[in-house]
Amino acid sequence: MSRETLIDLIYLVSATTFLFALKGLGSPKHARRGNMVAAAGMLLAVVATFFKYVDGHPLHHVLLILLGIFIGAIVAVPVARFVKMTAMPQLVAIFNGVGGGAAALVSITEFVHIKSTHPATYVVLEVLLGVLIGTVSFSGSSIAFAKLQELMTGRPITYPGQQIINGVVGVGALALIITILVTGSTVLLWILLALAFVLGIAFVLPIGGADVPVLISLLNAFTGLAVAASGFTLGSNLLIVAGTLVGASGILLTRLMSAAMGRSLSNVLFSAFGSNITASGATERDDGRSVRSGTPEDIGVLLSYASRVVIIPGYGLAVAQGQHVLRELAEVLEGKGIEVFYAIHPVAGRMPGHMNVLLAEANVPYEQLKEMDEANSELQTADVALVVGANDTVNPAAMDDKSSPIYGMPIIRADLAENVIFLKRSMRPGFAGIENELLYNPKTLLVFGDAKDTLTKVVATLKAS
Amino acid sequence: MGNVLLQYATVLVLTIFVGTEIIAKVPSILHTPLMSGSNAIHGVILVGSILILGAANTNLEMVLGFLAVILGTLNVVGGFVVTDRMLEMFKAKPPTRKPKSDEVAE
Repeated sequence: MSRETLIDLIYLVSATTFLFALKGLGSPKHARRGNMVAAAGMLLAVVATFFKYVDGHPLHHVLLILLGIFIGAIVAVPVARFVKMTAMPQLVAIFNGVGGGAAALVSITEFVHIKSTHPATYVVLEVLLGVLIGTVSFSGSSIAFAKLQELMTGRPITYPGQQIINGVVGVGALALIITILVTGSTVLLWILLALAFVLGIAFVLPIGGADVPVLISLLNAFTGLAVAASGFTLGSNLLIVAGTLVGASGILLTRLMSAAMGRSLSNVLFSAFGSNITASGATERDDGRSVRSGTPEDIGVLLSYASRVVIIPGYGLAVAQGQHVLRELAEVLEGKGIEVFYAIHPVAGRMPGHMNVLLAEANVPYEQLKEMDEANSELQTADVALVVGANDTVNPAAMDDKSSPIYGMPIIRADLAENVIFLKRSMRPGFAGIENELLYNPKTLLVFGDAKDTLTKVVATLKAS
Repeated sequence: MGNVLLQYATVLVLTIFVGTEIIAKVPSILHTPLMSGSNAIHGVILVGSILILGAANTNLEMVLGFLAVILGTLNVVGGFVVTDRMLEMFKAKPPTRKPKSDEVAE
């Protein structure tokens, strides 16, 4: 067997481990092992690559390659190890961005490398697509990172004629691609790079903080496609398979998430959602209606007489760092023979499935986490729905108020339960800036204050009784 | 053009279908690890980065290739470590705890 065949076989094994990892994610039990297998497969592929021949000679600059890997690893490991779980979305965003950047660089360098041999038009096209998509992913992810990390405002940034300007930049990039295809100019390639960079930023600026998770999922798909394009250029099946897998999964996930918010993908990307809602929605309902507010002791009483409690957590819980106390509360209730489960909205948190990760970190067993549809069918028989740090995901306006910006979004039906307890910091509306009718419902008990403090007091009350 | 391109296109199309099939089965509770895990997988661009740096003839190619290797490594190492950290937390209920808490309830 020749050296090249052996290396290709090893690449085949690696590609299989990637599939294995994604398949493992079908259940929490096998997911971790799958991820480790894929990591091993990746290591195998990287090591095998060192023995490859390029242009008929063994790899040059091996020391430089090792140095680059060393630098990358020494930065990535501590960052990935020690960042807080609430900061996970921006971390995924930035790791995705650098991947896109790497794909763009690979495509550019390959173009510079093979230019003198006058490559076929389709090869140049692959290069240009890799550069365009990879760079958009890089600059777009960087802005998404800045938004989530609160280095800049999370509100959509809009300016007059924004859509038109973005359209012009996009069309300009396409025109440039055609020109480069015809002329093969390297100078124009650098202009395309700059234009793609601007396009990525301009594309992300008008997208509001609440929609950034969908965006990251889409950018993840972009990077995958850029990697697949590099795979075409370099003639590597491994890159094509891995890149396409990620591209397909990212696009699928993006569509699932848009559906979970009851909106189309184009609405998420182009409507600058949340930019003008606070002005109109929040004030008009301020007509002095009263809410029923209570104390942590009241919660304790309500809960101890319940036989079935549904907890509906939102991102506010994670901000207050109340996950551990919440789990303690659930355990105390279970100790009293009360049935407890958590109803998780698909877009709770700042990333799809983010709330599951945050609760898992607090050792909540995953069997207690119920997805929206299942939770809704059980909420009718629940005695208490305990809403902690969630707001928009339980807002009935999504069902019955056609004028509401979130109309059509599937919600968790907290309103079906016998009693609703709302833990809130204040009467301020949620992330999307919309008034919540459920707060004024006669069966709703509002308890103001920091979620962690309140929950701690509730636990103390329950333990004392 | 020719057969090579066609072969790559075949791989591309088949992978789209396989990928969509597998990913549609991932439950929504694991969507964050899925995003992070697939993020790690596109870190395979490191392999491409190594190849272009290994083939570099000019200083420009060397600089770009070196950058690509660093970025690719960040992607792949960071991606796998973060995913592992997330998945480590997804635990089933410890079997020993459950009967105990039931006893208390009785």
